[in-house]
Amino acid sequence: MKVLEKRAKDTTDGTAADALDIRGLGLSLGPVPLLADVTVRVARGETVGLVGESGSGKSLTARSALGMLPRGARATGRVTVAGRDVLGAGRAALRDVRRHRAAMVFQDPRSAINPVRRVGDHLTEGLRARGVPAKAARSRAADLLAQVGIRDPRGALRRYPHEFSGGMLQRVMIAGALAAEPDLLLADEPTTALDVTTQAEVVGLLRRLQAERGTGMLFVTHDLDLAAAICDRIYVMYAGRIVEEAPGAALFAEPAHPYTRALLEASPSLHGRAEIRAIKGAPRALAEAPSGCAFRDRCPRAVEECAAGVPETRSHGLSAVACLRPGKEAA
Amino acid sequence: MRSFAVHCGRRVLGAAATVLVASAAVYGSLRLMPGDPVLAVSGASRLSPDQIEALRQRYGLDQGVVTGYLDWLGHALRLDLGTSLSFQTEVGTLVSARLGVSGLLIAYAAILALVLGLGTALVSAVRGGLADRIATAAAAVATATPSFVAAIILLAVFAVGLGWFPATGAGSGFADRLWHLTLPAVAMAIAVFGVLARVGHAALRAELDREHVEAARGRGVGGAALIARHVVRNALAPLVTVIGVMVASLFVGTAVVETAFGLDGVGSLLITAVSRRDFPVVQGIALIAVLLFVVVNTVVDLVLPLLDPRTARGVKA
Repeated sequence: MKVLEKRAKDTTDGTAADALDIRGLGLSLGPVPLLADVTVRVARGETVGLVGESGSGKSLTARSALGMLPRGARATGRVTVAGRDVLGAGRAALRDVRRHRAAMVFQDPRSAINPVRRVGDHLTEGLRARGVPAKAARSRAADLLAQVGIRDPRGALRRYPHEFSGGMLQRVMIAGALAAEPDLLLADEPTTALDVTTQAEVVGLLRRLQAERGTGMLFVTHDLDLAAAICDRIYVMYAGRIVEEAPGAALFAEPAHPYTRALLEASPSLHGRAEIRAIKGAPRALAEAPSGCAFRDRCPRAVEECAAGVPETRSHGLSAVACLRPGKEAA
Repeated sequence: MRSFAVHCGRRVLGAAATVLVASAAVYGSLRLMPGDPVLAVSGASRLSPDQIEALRQRYGLDQGVVTGYLDWLGHALRLDLGTSLSFQTEVGTLVSARLGVSGLLIAYAAILALVLGLGTALVSAVRGGLADRIATAAAAVATATPSFVAAIILLAVFAVGLGWFPATGAGSGFADRLWHLTLPAVAMAIAVFGVLARVGHAALRAELDREHVEAARGRGVGGAALIARHVVRNALAPLVTVIGVMVASLFVGTAVVETAFGLDGVGSLLITAVSRRDFPVVQGIALIAVLLFVVVNTVVDLVLPLLDPRTARGVKA
């Protein structure tokens, strides 16, 4: 019932708006730039990957959807969640976004869930804040636990986080995120802290719930293969910028940006890709990246023009790519 | 549930063992001290060797240390702490007559230190900035202020200078007594306030920086609810341990402060007894202090699993 009411309300205030729309987001901390001109869109019901090495700014980008910017950071550009402005939002509006519009699944459930409160308290906190009576909130929470595949959901409500395994606790966090009935699910490396076998289950669960509910999902990961397998579209980030955007399968089959290609070649594959090649050099943060194309000092295809300026985004095959010399042909 | 009972039982047994060891130390240290208490008490009045011998016998000083200890312990277990040398009264009666003043003083000081110390910690940790810097400086000064210095300053300013509070005596009637005990309680509370403000600040700050607090903010939990449920609630476990020890230490603190403010309490009784080598009284009060520390620590240990369920893990294993 609640779901229907909310969806109905959404359409009345004029939104078939995208679940997430980040346009030209720039972020800087004092003189240090963190993100530049980041544009990411997640339609309702769509799964979008955000891929990059650590320090590329993917988590920063995802957190900006909740208005969770680093302390003292200055943001430019525009971030809207389900049509609601986030960067310019006041306290109440931001709280509304965080409570009802977008919810995040963090990397490590052990540290992202309060260890001294019961799982039931964690799940019902948001519901109670919206004015759901205690009893209804508890049965709703038990429902959610059942949906994420936790046995004996009633009993689980009374238990503490340390009594669950990592995988089970991640399911609890997913249940907590869904309790808000959000338009947008932000999954920040949700499987990185888990066993490989558990990873597959959690990813499957996220996919199923997201499809059932028509929620938009931004899936942040450093695992390009995983992203290609589950995402409708993928953004690749490098040094605080988006360097390539492509449909999941296309990115995998025909990476346009040399960095994407290098990432694919650097990861082991079950499908018998020839050899693993590490990317030379270390990943750069935006602040320490070279002028022009940030990847040029590590790029096998770099030429002099790459230093002239940040490459404009152009289309190449199915990709939108920020590279002067995209594609496969040898340099 | 059964495991919790076993856990409680173990704790209580451990506490009893601690008290036993401490009681041996309390008795032994006074017996091994140089100087004969009987001679010290009798002082100038020359006693005949027979009289001295009679007194030694009466206080069990003719026995060896071990038999003397067992004898003393046996009586102590029956709540008989012996008779004072200088007052010629039962130690139990002497102490319990003064427990009212000292108990109220300790409670008063504890409430002041807890409310102000933890309040300061909360404001400085959550607000940060200038409030934090002022609180940190105040806490450092307070921690470094011994109660006898605080007592002298308070007496000079508020009793002698401004005349707001009486300088000595415990007063009669509850309101009058509180009025009389205010300066002593403040003098005792100052150092404890400093410690609690600092430790509390550190504990709250550590919790504020946890990822789950950030995650809760991201879910739209904010303001007082965030602080109460995700910061203060989590800081309670580390704080309760410190609070227990600090409050128990106030009992020992009464010795200095009651003497400074001319209060007739357990603390000033201890000072008097020490100066008169009235060893049954000193032993009795020392034993009560040990008992208090052990009881407080045991209670803290039993409460901790309720505050932090992760510490209850050991219970099941």
